[in-house]
Amino acid sequence: MEFFERFAVPHPSPLIYASMVAIGLVIIAIVLGITYFKKWGYLWNEWLTTTDHKRIGIMYIISALLMLFRGGADAVMMRFQTSVPENAFLDAQHYNEVFTTHGVVMIFFMAMAFVIGLMNFVVPLQIGARDVAFPRLNAISFWLYFAGAMLFNVSFVIGGSPDAGWTNYYPLAGNDFSTSVGVNYYNWALQISGIGTLMTGINFIATIIKMRAPGMTLMKMPMFTWSSLVTNVIIVFAFPVLTIALLMGTFDRQLGTFFFASENGGMDMMWANLFWVWGHPEVYILILPAFGIYSEIISTFSERNLYGYKSMVGSMVIISLLSFFVWVHHFFTMGHDALTNSIFSITTMAIAVPTGIKIFNWLLTMWKGKIRFTVPMLYSVAFIPLFTIGGVTGVMLAIASADYQYHNTMFLVAHFHNVIIPGVVFAMLAGLTYWWPKMFGFMLNEKIGKWAFWFLTVGFCFSFFPMYITGLDGQARRMYTYSEASGFGPLNMLSFFGAGLMAIGFIVIVYNVYYSFRYAKRGIGDDPWNARSLEWATHNPVPEYNFAIVPQVNSSEAFWDSKKKGHKLFRGDYKEIHMPNNSGLPVIMAGLFFVFGFSFVFYIWAGVIISGIGILACMAYRSFEKDHGRHIKVKEIEETEDKFGGAK
Amino acid sequence: MKINNTQPLEYSTEQNQLNILGFWVFLGAEIMLFATLFTSYFVYENRVGNGPSGAEIFELTPVLIETILLLTSSFTIGLAINAMRLNRKKAMLTFLAVTLVLGLAFLGVEIYEFTHYYHVGATLQTSAFTGMLLTTLGTHGAHVTFGLVWGLFIFIQIKKNGLTPATTNKSFIFSLYWHFLDVVWIFIFSFIYLKGMM
Ligand code: HEM
Ligand SMILES: [Cu+2]
Repeated sequence: MEFFERFAVPHPSPLIYASMVAIGLVIIAIVLGITYFKKWGYLWNEWLTTTDHKRIGIMYIISALLMLFRGGADAVMMRFQTSVPENAFLDAQHYNEVFTTHGVVMIFFMAMAFVIGLMNFVVPLQIGARDVAFPRLNAISFWLYFAGAMLFNVSFVIGGSPDAGWTNYYPLAGNDFSTSVGVNYYNWALQISGIGTLMTGINFIATIIKMRAPGMTLMKMPMFTWSSLVTNVIIVFAFPVLTIALLMGTFDRQLGTFFFASENGGMDMMWANLFWVWGHPEVYILILPAFGIYSEIISTFSERNLYGYKSMVGSMVIISLLSFFVWVHHFFTMGHDALTNSIFSITTMAIAVPTGIKIFNWLLTMWKGKIRFTVPMLYSVAFIPLFTIGGVTGVMLAIASADYQYHNTMFLVAHFHNVIIPGVVFAMLAGLTYWWPKMFGFMLNEKIGKWAFWFLTVGFCFSFFPMYITGLDGQARRMYTYSEASGFGPLNMLSFFGAGLMAIGFIVIVYNVYYSFRYAKRGIGDDPWNARSLEWATHNPVPEYNFAIVPQVNSSEAFWDSKKKGHKLFRGDYKEIHMPNNSGLPVIMAGLFFVFGFSFVFYIWAGVIISGIGILACMAYRSFEKDHGRHIKVKEIEETEDKFGGAK
Repeated sequence: MKINNTQPLEYSTEQNQLNILGFWVFLGAEIMLFATLFTSYFVYENRVGNGPSGAEIFELTPVLIETILLLTSSFTIGLAINAMRLNRKKAMLTFLAVTLVLGLAFLGVEIYEFTHYYHVGATLQTSAFTGMLLTTLGTHGAHVTFGLVWGLFIFIQIKKNGLTPATTNKSFIFSLYWHFLDVVWIFIFSFIYLKGMM
């Protein structure tokens, strides 16, 4: 029995027990359902073992949406708890756990996965490639992310959730103050999914550099591909820092080192530094692909080419460089000298300049355009002013001396949600709606989509603008409650109201998926939006080999030119196509990583050793395996192409 | 598989070129990884708490032996790749074997070094400085260990399949990895040991 006691949740509540039961039931229902409909084979052959970038992208997006709902439930709980003064719905410990898991789930397992999911689906199509450079590695990336996400999510029913914030500062995150295994979970879940992300970074850099269609020089890449390239470079340089920081954290908590301790030479600020050396580039890892998506959408629905292509690229490159030199702005108040603060204050403000350039480019793209207000365009149009507000408050926070007033208040919380929600989340929803027909062959309903958009946008304003005010008035972040006398009550109630509207917005989106799946028109053609870049040049839905003939590119809008200027995209005859084989290895390996992480969290060394050996055995197997992929014969291509209505 | 005969074998297919480029990018990530370790090491260098300082525990002899072993192995892997380019399988295998033996010897001395630290009371749990020292050295050592197993696999594959586009590609990438570990070691030698002993 003693062995099992460690798995108990240290600070349970009826809510947690209810979730345990719910999770158990859902798992049983899924397993029974799949068995009943005899779908195990389909699931294994078509999805779990796939190396197709399109399917991997879709799996990323599905996981991201699941995580969005997990994180969203946390959010609503927090807003409910703080909606009135002295509320007793959550106690302090539970509130700590909820804001921690909210932050981690949203950043790592929702936003990152969504971004990488869209990249996976879109980038190879945009550059006219058949897959990514390393399809098998791509599957490993996804499954490692998934293993990490699952590991993190079991924490609240087995052993307890982390409770030191998504920033996980020491000494709070050390054993003395965070006594459950929660932070161990944090370390391992992020470590495992972080390795997956790093592999994605390498994979996409190689893909974009080497696998572009003939004629597509770097300066003729679509803007989303450009943003993906820059993002992946940031990933490759930023994630190793997190790897080491997490390793040091694990050592401190589980092997008794003193890196972030307050004694024996340790230094708690070291964590804060390492975390933000990774963390600030991370926010640009999220926002740059979003910028790329907006660029695509705004240009498509203004029926104009993107204004200032070169300056768009240049500003992204500058942002990516600067993003590594601003991290100290996250702790201006933690005892540096004035010179240090001033330098980082200036570098931070400097980022606003390239960002501003991009804003003007989007505006000028729309200028005199024939604007169509579709759902993706609505999100993009709302993004511009809302994100600008977030950027302006960011510059306010960058004023080091003033930051002493509002650092770690609700003002900060308002700032980063103001950039992340209209910036990243809107971009993901816009991108998903935009590329949905390419993924599934039918459109999402526009009318329902617009309802969702308005709920989200209005909900966002109600939810987060009041926080600017309470923050300036001194309401600290991460406090589970406040007194009546503080006067924060009414504005917090307003925030809760806004959160409710946003929740409705997300439910409407789910309904839209259901509705469109049942009723939307099929056979919508290959180019339902009258779009401009290569991904729209192939069939709908996309055949596994993407393009029967590799396209010839003449500009950053080759597809548009093929429609309007008579550019010929596809020249030559069908040739045999080489495709990678499916493999079960990635999913098995990720399972072993899950066991490894879980065992390490609980100090079960036998599990660590066995799964560790298993992981190495998988790598050995891979090294000796002879897998040269397979070839799709010309005849088969012809048949497929005929089915889709002739060669393109 | 299209084979391009104007290129050396390890570059001869498209996938091979991708593999090599991908590995260079991976080495970029590895540079960041070790850069983070070194930065942290410099931060903790003088934060010795109740434990010993570097000058008190470093020993020149084993470190010099390790350096010579690893530097030589970097040279021999270069010879192996050269032999591979000349399509001389046997010479290639010999130099690869020598490389691995030298690597193994390096690891042996490093293990000796670690037991020495243990005996003089410098463990992971002694102070932030000793913890960081052992983490940095340990990360490098773990890379070497991984490389030994990987190299062994490549040895077996060449022995079985000869010098093919696949095996030469793997060998070339392995040689990049091995040189990289050597470069890291030079930094460790200069900025951890020499600086610490001065
Ligand atoms: C013009 C651009 C921006 C500027 C000048 C800026 C500035 C800042 C500053 C100074 C802070 C620290 C404030 C404090 O702790 O008191 C901060 C926090 C933050 N910002 Fe921004 N920011 C900008 C854009 C963004 C973007 C685009 C994102 C994300 C997509 C973002 C996400 C965050 C996050 C997540 C935090 C803090 C999280 C935390 O402490 O938990 N920011 N920003
Ligand atoms: Cu920042």
